[in-house]
Amino acid sequence: MLQHARHGPVEKSPARAHEPVLALSGVSKSFPGVRALSKVSLELYPGEVTALVGENGAGKSTLVKILTGIYQPDEGTIFLGGKEVSFSSAYDAHRAGITAIHQETVLFDELSVAENIFLGHAPRGRFGLIDRKRMVAEAAAVLKRIGADIDPQARLRDLGIASKHLVAIARAFSIEAGIVIMDEPTAALSQKEIEELFALIGRLKADGKAILFISHKFDEVFRIADRYAVFRDGESVGAGLISETDHDALVRLMVGRPVDQIFPKKKVEIGEPVLTVSGYCHPTEFEDISFELRRGEILGFYGLVGSGRSELMQALFGVTKPSKGAVKIDGKVAIIRSPEQAIRYGMVYVPEERGRQGAIAGLPIFQNITLPALKRTSRYGFLRLAEEFRLARQYAERLDLRAASLDRDVGTLSGGNQQKVVIAKWLATIPRVIILDEPTKGIDIGSKAAVHEFMSELVAQGLSIIMVSSEIPEILGMSDRIIVMREGRIAAEFAREEADAEKLVRTAAGIGGAA
Amino acid sequence: MTVASTRPHIPDRLENPWRMALFSWETLLIVVAVAIFIANSLASPYFLNVWSLSDLTFNFTEKGLIALAMALLIVAGEIDLSVAAIIALSSTMMGMAVQAGADTPVLVLIAIGTGLACGIFNGALVTRLGLPSIVVTIGTMSLFRGISYIILGDQAYKGYPAGFAFFGQGYVWWVISFELVLFIVAAFVFGVLLHRTSFGRTIYAIGNNPVAATFSGVPVERVKFILFCLTGLMSGIASICLTSRLASTRPSIAFGWELEVVTMVVLGGVSILGGAGSIPGVVLAAIIMGLVTFGLGLLNVPGIVMSIFTGLLLITVIALPILWNRLRQKGA
Ligand SMILES: Nc1ncnc2c1ncn2[C@@H]1O[C@H](COP(=O)(O)OP(=O)(O)OP(=O)(O)O)[C@@H](O)[C@H]1O
Ligand SMILES: [Mg+2]
Repeated sequence: MLQHARHGPVEKSPARAHEPVLALSGVSKSFPGVRALSKVSLELYPGEVTALVGENGAGKSTLVKILTGIYQPDEGTIFLGGKEVSFSSAYDAHRAGITAIHQETVLFDELSVAENIFLGHAPRGRFGLIDRKRMVAEAAAVLKRIGADIDPQARLRDLGIASKHLVAIARAFSIEAGIVIMDEPTAALSQKEIEELFALIGRLKADGKAILFISHKFDEVFRIADRYAVFRDGESVGAGLISETDHDALVRLMVGRPVDQIFPKKKVEIGEPVLTVSGYCHPTEFEDISFELRRGEILGFYGLVGSGRSELMQALFGVTKPSKGAVKIDGKVAIIRSPEQAIRYGMVYVPEERGRQGAIAGLPIFQNITLPALKRTSRYGFLRLAEEFRLARQYAERLDLRAASLDRDVGTLSGGNQQKVVIAKWLATIPRVIILDEPTKGIDIGSKAAVHEFMSELVAQGLSIIMVSSEIPEILGMSDRIIVMREGRIAAEFAREEADAEKLVRTAAGIGGAA
Repeated sequence: MTVASTRPHIPDRLENPWRMALFSWETLLIVVAVAIFIANSLASPYFLNVWSLSDLTFNFTEKGLIALAMALLIVAGEIDLSVAAIIALSSTMMGMAVQAGADTPVLVLIAIGTGLACGIFNGALVTRLGLPSIVVTIGTMSLFRGISYIILGDQAYKGYPAGFAFFGQGYVWWVISFELVLFIVAAFVFGVLLHRTSFGRTIYAIGNNPVAATFSGVPVERVKFILFCLTGLMSGIASICLTSRLASTRPSIAFGWELEVVTMVVLGGVSILGGAGSIPGVVLAAIIMGLVTFGLGLLNVPGIVMSIFTGLLLITVIALPILWNRLRQKGA
């Protein structure tokens, strides 16, 4: 599909000098103590994908919120189709034909999938009442269009985070819009869903829509974007045609200096088994899981969305109850019924859903980081603030956190920086077994290298890591061994040397031939 | 590593804590308290007198004792509307014990035990069965007071022993009543508990995001259970003071106090949605409520007007922060 679009008439359009449908100039936005955007400009063209790149906290999501009427700019102008506009609410932007997939999706757990998709713009029948039947049918159609296999009548709370994310994507596409904005739409999606999304983007381009695509994954940027724009510290530092730039040039613009893209994993001596899981079952999520994690090892878990990886890890961490099976830590049977107990065993889980499970938005950064480690920072149950700040700083700086100060509420940080706080939280307990679920989701390339370097250092100290990731380069680059899950079962296991992208994708999708 | 070279240092805090304190809700409460104090002294010549001021403290000490525990519960995202009914039930139990000839120490134990038992009952229903606390405690509010009505009918227990009078009528030194001292000590203990211990920190975490708190290893249900027990316990203690002060028990004792206690807590800056608030704020709010009731009393304002006032105050302090945020977002 994408191929098709590339050969179509749209492909030639970047060369033609045509008018942008949306143009921003001199847009600024400040928050208390932070200048998030400073006189930025940006242009979007019909039938083209513009990639917006920049480090964590560069101001990308702030710009998206300005374009969708959630924030109002302090200064600057927005031209839509040549006319100056200003959006005082999300509804205004929606009516002007702008739709967006936000980085932190706001959906309603108690509503159905269809209701979430059409909230605020449901199809209406007689007397202006919501036409439920049509709504469900149309929801099913949108979900099918993005290739998501989700029941429109399911309640949202019963879905996993990635499926919720697909619902958010469906919501954006249920709105007829000329301008489509996607703020890290592929974070935590696996290859299959990403392909579906890209095919859809191809069709949108062919329809002449203007697309703004934000991502920290450069392979995606180079694959689907026609143009790029780079922000650094809230300023526009460059824009142009993708065909006239390359990876290194873009990174240099973004960071202001060259960066090693992927941290090379150090070789570490692998020791005795630390965690042994056997015959582990759950009534609905996974079946008969057995594996072993050794000292100094990084064990990767790959699979499609809904393959049961996160559910398995949450059961190991004591959040949910398995129906059968045994867990041994250091050869001794471990009974873990709550995260509290798991942490006492020295096993932690860095959750995937940072907004709900990971970050406590209303508490300061340092209190977030020390929460699981309060036993270490307090004495006789009394808090020691100096100790807390020390511990928080140690991990925050290690993970390349960008924040004005440690007493800022986590909710005011950019998405990628919130993710760094979430990683820091559980590492600060000094665990022996670390389960990381999509650890670098939303983290920029420079900081990603810092996270990977840190992981390498931890295993060198004799810790063991399980890493659930949907990002193939990350899985291939960091894991000593890779387990692929499919539909709640272990489909295959690969040693580092024998694994490649093709095998992982085929095994995860259940396409014959591999494994 | 190239990445490591430019890692910035992150300071602990940027704003001066004193400056932040200056613009806090608590500062506003102090200003309001002083203003009402001045208004009272202008309105009535009898106000500025040590004994008047000493009498004034009885307007808030008993409710304040409960408000301290309630504050923790509301910060954790729960609420207990049965506190006044717990007072009635504890008082009734003490009255029954008096009829059976019990002496002061036994009465104290009975009140504390009843309060604690009620707290355990509420806590178990909320945490074990996973029911919403507002529903549970509206139910137990009727239940506990209902038991008092069944036992007492339209009767009243009197004849409390002489020693028992000290809790509600005694003075520790000069004009400083026992109740006031008890309130100050309790405020200190609850202040330390909420602001200086890791237990207190987990209360904020739970109120902000119970799921993330669970993932962080916080025993959410256990903490909530303890908070319900504490609230029950403080209601039992308040019952001792109130019963001693009135020297009698009627089933209608402390009727409607739950709303005054909640108003006190919310006026003190505790978010009704949970996750934020402070003990100093609640103490100031208790003092303000005491000053206002006393002032209105000096002006001979009837009781019904006072309860209208409490209702308006409750709506205002709940709505104010929400409206304030909405305004700020528009402006930002
Ligand atoms: N509501 C807010 N209150 C205060 N500061 C904010 C708020 N929203 C964003 N900021 C600040 O504005 C800056 C830009 O944040 P933004 O979310 O736009 O970054 P981003 O480019 O999307 O980063 P990421 O790649 O991590 O998603 C950051 O310094 C952030 O802390
Ligand atoms: Mg962002």
